[in-house]
Amino acid sequence: MTEVPPPAGGAAAPPAGRRARRTSSGFGRYLLKHVGGAAVSLLLVLFSSFFIFRLIGGDPIDQLTRERPVSPEQRAAMRAEMGLDQPMVKQFWDYITGTLTMDLGDSFQYRRPIFDLIVERLPATLLLSGTGMVLAVVLGLWIGTRSGWRQGSRYDRAHVGTGLLLYSAPTFWLGMIVILVFARYMGLFPVNGMRSPSTPPDFWSQALDIGHHLVLPVLTYTAVVYAGYLMIMRSSILDEIGSDYLTTARAKGLRDDEVRDRHAVPNALLPTVTLVFLAIGGVVNGSIVTEAVFSWPGLGSLFVQAIFYPDRPVLQALFVLFSASTILAVLAAEILYWFIDPRIRKS
Amino acid sequence: MTASTTTSPRALAWARRRQSFARSWAAYRAQRTGMVGLVLLGAIVVLALAAPVLIDESALSVTQATGGRMEPPSADFPLGTDEVGRSVLALTLWGSRLSLLIGLTATVVAILIGTAVGVTSGHIGGAYGWFALRISDWFMVLPSLVVAIALLAVLGRSMGTTILVIALVSWSGTTRLVRAQTLTVQARPYLERARALGAGHWHQMTKHILPNVLPLVLASATLLVPSAILMESSLAWLGLGDPNVVSWGSILNRASDNGAVSAHAWWYLLPPGLAILLVVLAFMMCGRALEAVFNPRLRGEQG
Repeated sequence: MTEVPPPAGGAAAPPAGRRARRTSSGFGRYLLKHVGGAAVSLLLVLFSSFFIFRLIGGDPIDQLTRERPVSPEQRAAMRAEMGLDQPMVKQFWDYITGTLTMDLGDSFQYRRPIFDLIVERLPATLLLSGTGMVLAVVLGLWIGTRSGWRQGSRYDRAHVGTGLLLYSAPTFWLGMIVILVFARYMGLFPVNGMRSPSTPPDFWSQALDIGHHLVLPVLTYTAVVYAGYLMIMRSSILDEIGSDYLTTARAKGLRDDEVRDRHAVPNALLPTVTLVFLAIGGVVNGSIVTEAVFSWPGLGSLFVQAIFYPDRPVLQALFVLFSASTILAVLAAEILYWFIDPRIRKS
Repeated sequence: MTASTTTSPRALAWARRRQSFARSWAAYRAQRTGMVGLVLLGAIVVLALAAPVLIDESALSVTQATGGRMEPPSADFPLGTDEVGRSVLALTLWGSRLSLLIGLTATVVAILIGTAVGVTSGHIGGAYGWFALRISDWFMVLPSLVVAIALLAVLGRSMGTTILVIALVSWSGTTRLVRAQTLTVQARPYLERARALGAGHWHQMTKHILPNVLPLVLASATLLVPSAILMESSLAWLGLGDPNVVSWGSILNRASDNGAVSAHAWWYLLPPGLAILLVVLAFMMCGRALEAVFNPRLRGEQG
């Protein structure tokens, strides 16, 4: 946020001192522009979440008391307890300050602070979609590179075909089929959840048990997602494949694998960086459906449960959290681009 | 339409359009995956349209169901029955109508919004253009399933809200594409000529920019339909679909609510899911082929 140009340039300092200064202030401006953009996006998310859940969502008391008769006094007491009797502007202000200070209110359903619920469930989500994402990215980039490099080969056609087929499958359906085959028919894996109650409490048994429960959800998550990375990496390699520098590398006498891995891949990776960062942002919210199929006790299933209660404060908090995580991930990708793509620095 | 056909500018324009369509079609036909996708898609659409002729709508009625609870496939019920004894074949066939309808309508709405915002923001520019770009960028980074779930949870479950919500989370990609194309078309000399001859904004946008943008829009629409269908099925499976209609997603919602997985009722799970998979795959094959036709950068691919 400071306009002061740091005197000693960063890691990539150009030779002339004058130019170094210009570069770093260029970075300052670039950073300011994108951080500012992200901040505006985050504020818009806060506003729109209030708008969606408080203004067009109707009266939460009506929804919570749908099935039972409630006296007007009880209703008034509930309103006061939730702060709904306050003027809208006051409610809005409380909501904004509350969210910024991590005071997200209490869940209707669990009658506990939402912040605690999120902290409790975040590790399960990170474990599932983190593992799934790393596998999907590695698998997608690995196969995509080889597919593009040998475009039209049997390897290419088989992998693009399989990838698109799995990409076309609805996640929840694939999950149900996977459960049916591997858990119900074969009995190799647990049907759902993250732990079995009967497991001894020591660390290794617990870790093994969680790992055992993790296999099917991760399999499902990865299977549906990896084709996206495969296709991007493949077309990225195809963009590079006719380049002169590859001919030069071959003329130097490098082996085909070396030309691919040392020359083509580094250049082709550039367009996938954004995608990978988006995926990192998606780690927090990308597994909603997978968690719902496997009753995985993470943020995604918390979100889905909250729809039907309806637990408005939880929906609202998770909406903000999920949106914020993608916005911040995109910001991170934009900042990283400054360092890895020289074309941005020139413009 | 006799001798004057060759001279009237409108007829000339149409002749040129016909020619360019024939060229694109030839380029499309040369791609095997595109043709396979088109044939598959045609077959599915014919089946969906013919559903009322093939199986009477009464087969969907819960009260008039004739089979037993989750019966495996038999001569009477080629794909078995659901938890109230309805034929899964009938459900899947009728479900195709709703899934396709919602997917297509949502895409049309998204494309209309996206194209309108893209062309106007690229052409008019200025503060409006900047603002429109910011808004569409904002929609682009928001996680679409999360937004869709949140909106449906507060707006209520109906076919209309489902279509609206899916359209709302998917218009921004088209906007970006259309805006970029508008800016390149804008820089061409014939638009300068049009302006010099006194063409207004509306004339420039509809007569000059739009025809140049439409092929790209068509390709991106074809790729939007499968994601709209997948989104609808996920929402319906989560229980956020219209409770009064049968779509593939809602069939699978009932299947998992009624323990089809623990009952090993594979006949109940496979048909609707495979149907979604096939439709999505068919659209993606067509969309990729169209993209290769209209996007010169990709033309080398798929040789």
